[in-house]
Formats: sequence, structure tokens, C-alpha cells
Amino acid sequence: MRAVRNWVAQRLVLWFGLLVLLYMFLPIFVVILMSFNDPASRRGYTFDGFTLDNWTNPCAPYQLCSSVWVSIQIGLAATLLATILGTLMAFALVRHRFRGRSSMSLLIFLPMATPEIVLGASLLALFVNAGFAGQLGFWTILVAHVMFCLSFVVVTVKARLAGMDPRLEEAATDLYATEWQTFWRVTFPMVAPGIAAAAMLSFSLSFDDFIITNLNSGQTVTFPMFVWGANQRGIPMQVNVIGTVMFLIAFAVVLGGELNNRRRARALAGVRS
Amino acid sequence: MSRRKLTGYWLLTPGTLWLAFFFLVPTVTLVVSSLYDPEGSLTDGYVLTGRFANYADMMEFYGPTILRSLGYAFAATLACLVLGYPLAYAIAFKAGRWKNLMLVAVIAPFFTSFLVRTLSWKLLLGDHGPIVDFLQTIHLLGEDGRLLATPFAVITGLTYNFLPFMVLPLYASLEKIDLRLVEAGSDLYASPVTTFRKITLPLSMPGLVAGTLLTFIPASGDYINSELLGNPRTRMVGNEVQDLFASGSVPEAASLSVMLMALIVLLVLVYVRRAGTEELV
Repeated sequence: MRAVRNWVAQRLVLWFGLLVLLYMFLPIFVVILMSFNDPASRRGYTFDGFTLDNWTNPCAPYQLCSSVWVSIQIGLAATLLATILGTLMAFALVRHRFRGRSSMSLLIFLPMATPEIVLGASLLALFVNAGFAGQLGFWTILVAHVMFCLSFVVVTVKARLAGMDPRLEEAATDLYATEWQTFWRVTFPMVAPGIAAAAMLSFSLSFDDFIITNLNSGQTVTFPMFVWGANQRGIPMQVNVIGTVMFLIAFAVVLGGELNNRRRARALAGVRS
Repeated sequence: MSRRKLTGYWLLTPGTLWLAFFFLVPTVTLVVSSLYDPEGSLTDGYVLTGRFANYADMMEFYGPTILRSLGYAFAATLACLVLGYPLAYAIAFKAGRWKNLMLVAVIAPFFTSFLVRTLSWKLLLGDHGPIVDFLQTIHLLGEDGRLLATPFAVITGLTYNFLPFMVLPLYASLEKIDLRLVEAGSDLYASPVTTFRKITLPLSMPGLVAGTLLTFIPASGDYINSELLGNPRTRMVGNEVQDLFASGSVPEAASLSVMLMALIVLLVLVYVRRAGTEELV
């Protein structure tokens, strides 16, 4: 009897978990479905009929594709800057001793623990007080994005560094590698997946940000801002095409990484046996 | 100072300066701006008069909105915990070879835009949408009952959007648990429920605390869900701050933001102390 109950209980958690995952995927199915929608009216948000028009003319709505391009540019620039600055900080925090360590950790943690609306409001207050109110745009958005991506990069890279076996670097030194060689041949390749994950996280945070951007963008329109503005007038279905394409690209990148990991693990196992 | 020690400082400096200039200085500016005389304007400039009455004014105008925001955020956090804990548990202990795939599935919603996903909920919860139709068929919802533009819709949206922030830290903590401890529990004749309550749950506390904070804090400041899925009576603090800034009322917007932040810090301090974990980063 107890065995039966345990069997049910064990499967129950798994099934419940799968149901929750289904809930998380529900809106994505809707996005994909709506990318083929032929809407009967501009205001409505219901599925009225099947069409391929949205996929053949993704740039038809005014400003849609230019807003995506702005988001990509900001995303790439913010990712590059945040990843470099954050990785340096992570190395310092894990590998070096210095005074004020705990206040440093607090400084890195605080931006993650502040609601976006407050982060955005603070930056806008600064820009307004510094007389930049009329010059909000690409650069102010970039500054804001680097700021909130930075902490996530530090945390991600730090976790990877802290989990590394220090004996590997010691072994390299024992084998007469210089400090520089040890870093580029041993340390960096091992941290690289963490840096890559941090960069991907930064790009998606930046590309997706709305609340902070909305306060500090001036006349510049990013993709989320386009969607927000369009929502007041009626959403063009091409927005869902962009959403679907983003999903597919990101999924392919993650899947590629996972397959690569498996291939490597198999190759390593082959070497060991 | 040794060369190695110096390197550490050099590595830290650029990032620290960025955070100092674009996080610390702005925060101080926000607090200062919250004490401006609201008589000024963006074009004429503001006068710093140390007017603490701004806070009293905002409390009077937006007190209910603040409470509503915290209430919605609390409800969403609770819902995330109820949905997220079993999911994190299933991934950590029951998924077997599907573990990585399930983890990817947890972050997959991030791959499409936050706003576009929230708009999907508008369709799902809409008056002629699948969920309303189903609930009306089984008579859980009246003929003219609706889900969209209700607090329920806003909380559903918040829950949905912040669920991964609950699941990931919970998973990270559960995954670290030494399974021998759980086995020891059942070897000593503890029932599965007791084992969970006395061993698994306490050991997953760091993840639980981190997850609830990472859900509650962004949810309390959000206004996208309230704007897209709610109605004028479900407005949250974020809506008001955004609108105040958009209409150029800098001191009011600043004092409302500072108030939200102060309340959150207070709640978090009390919570972290009661939960008994200091380790957050």
C-alpha cells in the first residue's frame, strides 16, 4: 500500500511540474499562432483566419523593423561593455584580496534587488538634474542597460570561477607555463562558458527591457517601446513574427550549446576509457 | 602594495565606477529630487527646499495604490511558490536525463519579448478566449463574468512573468542537497512528508528566500501587467511613477519611488531576518 502511494506521489510531482511548464509555454504557442493570424479588425486581439502575409511582409508596419534594429544595436553594445566590465570584476572578487569586499558585494547585489521603476526613475532624475532632459536617447539607454546587466554578469561569471578546480592552474604552473600562458590556455577556456552565458543573459535583458528604457529613451524607439506604443492603436500581427523568430534563434543557440556539451562529454569519456 | 594586490584593484575599478556613477549617484539624486519644491517645472528648474511634505502628499494620494501593489506582488509571489517549488523539485530529483531539457524549458519564455508574451495573456484571458469559455461551460464563471481587466488577470500575468526567477534559485538550492540525508530520514522511519518537512525544506531555504525576493521585488514595481491586463482600478505604483514623470512632475515621481524602495527594503530586512539567511549573493 505504501509502495503504491509512494509511486503515485513520485509521479505526481513530475506531472505537476510538467503542467507548470505547459503553463509557461502557453503564451509562446499563442505568439506562434498569432504570427499566422489574419485579423478582422485592428483593435481586436483574436485569431480570425490563417495567412502567411505577416511572415512575407514582417517590416510592413511603420517603424517595426527599425525599432528591432535599434534594440539589436543597443543590446550588442550593452552586452559587450557589461560583459567586459563584469568579467573583470568577477575575477577580482574571486581571485584577489582587497579592502571593502563586503561593501563591494552589496554594491553589485543592490541593482538586482531594486525594482526597475526605481532604477529608471533614479537615472532619469540624474539626467534631468544634469541638464540632459532634452538629450535622452540611444546613449542614455545604453548607459542604463550596461548598469543593470553588469550585476548579472558578475554573479554568473563569479559562480563559474568559484566552481573551478584550482589544481588545474597549479598543474599548469608546475609544468612551467608562464602566468600568461596559464591564463589563456587553462583559466580562460574553463571560464568561457560562464562568460558566454553571461553575455546571452545580458543581451536578452537589454533587448527585452521596457520599464527603464521607457523612462530614459526620449524619442528613440526600441522594439519593446514599439510594442507598447502599438498596443494603444492596435497591435500589428508582425510583432508576433518578430517574437517567434527571436524564440527560434535563442532556442537554436541554447540547443547548439547543449549538443556541443554532450559531444565534448562523449569525446572526453572516449579519451578516459 | 604588491603587484598582485594592485591588479585586483585595477580589475575592479571600471565596473565599480560605472555602478557608482549610474547607480549610486542616481539613487542619491532621486532622494534629493524627492525633496524639491513641486512648484518648479522641468523648463524652469526646481528649488531644493527639503520639503518632506511631498511624502505625506504622495501617501495621501497613492496610499491605496501602494498597498495594492504590495498586495498583488505578495499574491503573485505566493502563486509562484506554489507552482515553482514542485517544478524545481521535479527538475532536481525526478527529471533524470530530461533535467537539462526541463531547465531550458524554464528559461525558454525569456526568449520572446516580455511585452509580446503579456499580450498573449490578453488573448488567453479575453472575454471570448479559451479559458473564459471553459470556465463558463463548467459554470465556475457566470455568463457575463470576465477575467481580463480584473485583479486576477494582473496577478496571473505577474505570476507568469516572474515564475522563472522563483524556479531557478529553488532548483539551485535543491540540487545541492545531499541525497544521503534524505535517505537517512527514511531509514530512520520518517514518513516522506516528515522527511520533506524536516530535511528537504530547511535545506532549500536559501533558494526559497532568494526566489521569493527575486519575484516579489520586481513584481511590486511592475506596471506592464497592470496596464495590459488590468483596468483603471488595478493601477500599481509603477503606473503612477511613470505617469508622473511623463507629465513632468519630477518631485512627486521621485518621492513616490523613494517610498516604494524604502517599503521594499524594510519588508526585505524583516523577511530575511525571520527566514534566518544572510547569504543572498
